[in-house]
Amino acid sequence: MSFARRTLVVAWKDLLVERRSKETLNALLFFSLLLLFVFQFALGPDRERLAGALPGVLWLGFILSALLALGRTFLIEREHDCWEGLLLAPGDKSAIYLGKLGANLMLMAVVETLVLALFVVFFDIDLGRAFPGLALVVALGTVGLGSVGTLFAAMTAHVRAREVLFPVLLLPVQIPVLLATVNATEALLLGEPLGAVAHWVKLLAAADVVYVAVGLLTFDVVLEG
Amino acid sequence: MTTEPLIRLRDVRKEFGTQIVLAGVSLDVRGGEAIALLGGNGAGKTTVLKIVATVLRPTAGHVRIAGHDAVRDAEAVRGQLGFVGHGAWVYDDLTAAENLRFWTTLGGRPASETELGIALAAVELDRVGGARVRTFSAGMKRRLSLARLTLFSPTVLLLDEPFAGLDQRAKKWLEGHLEAFKDRGGALLMVTHSFGRELGVADRIAILAGGRIALDTPRAGLDPDDLQRLYAAHAEDGP
Repeated sequence: MSFARRTLVVAWKDLLVERRSKETLNALLFFSLLLLFVFQFALGPDRERLAGALPGVLWLGFILSALLALGRTFLIEREHDCWEGLLLAPGDKSAIYLGKLGANLMLMAVVETLVLALFVVFFDIDLGRAFPGLALVVALGTVGLGSVGTLFAAMTAHVRAREVLFPVLLLPVQIPVLLATVNATEALLLGEPLGAVAHWVKLLAAADVVYVAVGLLTFDVVLEG
Repeated sequence: MTTEPLIRLRDVRKEFGTQIVLAGVSLDVRGGEAIALLGGNGAGKTTVLKIVATVLRPTAGHVRIAGHDAVRDAEAVRGQLGFVGHGAWVYDDLTAAENLRFWTTLGGRPASETELGIALAAVELDRVGGARVRTFSAGMKRRLSLARLTLFSPTVLLLDEPFAGLDQRAKKWLEGHLEAFKDRGGALLMVTHSFGRELGVADRIAILAGGRIALDTPRAGLDPDDLQRLYAAHAEDGP
């Protein structure tokens, strides 16, 4: 009970701070919009060219937004030495990780929903029957991105070159997730059923389980520095 | 029968790379006792405090807090500590009450609305309890961080410049709070630069110089002039 309560209070705090300051959300929405404009100009109206590039473009948008959002996860804790407070709070530190992850997933979900909506409008796509499968792939991919991103954001929080180091560390670890999400998204957008991409979905689910487990088990050490 | 001090440091060394900050600090603080740790800038006072708080690990030496080894059993130590360092541990976009609620819930002891109200009233922030901390002055943030201490029942209090930035009423409240804490048998270690009223709470004065405790003496009987002389004789930045 105490673990759940501590997890929830960390997520509540992060989401409340973000709702009031809107620092990350505003930046992400503007950034996503710009990104879609750039892709629109770069790819042009050629439907065949678009069909091949769209899954990669969509996930590039998600990943770049996630890099910005996740990289800021622990900056708030550096202000007024709140990091010390988290470290000295008695109890299992993995509750803090889970709370931070929960807040990040909520934030990423908001941004991804908007990016997906804009994506449909900008590129004139009919998601139709692909939507439930796509939602599942996006949800699993987001957990994979968020779980490692939250952990690495904590690891790099005190490093001077964290803005560079964070993506350099995160992206190679995300290769299984990127491979599975882009391939599954491509197949779903081409009208294939969810069963046809079951192997990618299983890979995503397995990666999520491993990443979240590693985060829970190692966050204590990361926080201690 | 002798009881183990609540804070015990033995030959504690701390090195940051090639820089030796602490060269062998030994210090005891018993229950019901308060020590003021004095010293010049960079003498290592905050480092001592952070080692006792388990934020930093000593390079060598032994630290025991309330019977627990501070390195091997840091988690048990943290349950006994109240710590107010340089930072106020406040989130600017939360209200004063929300900040306290967050820290008490995270600490495993969620406070009721009544308890939050009492804590805020103790530091005279009850009328602005619903205001965002972003609008607070530095002194008000300091008072808020001190209000956090009243919501826990630590056996060891670690304070870094606790009276800095407080107005006279807040200083008087803090003096009373610290005296009551000592009366309950708690051990207090505070770091200060000042020879002002915070020394009135201290039972002993320790001066840190050259990475070691250069002087550890009872405060009783020492007037401000005596303290100035002792500081000048032992501290590295003394005149």
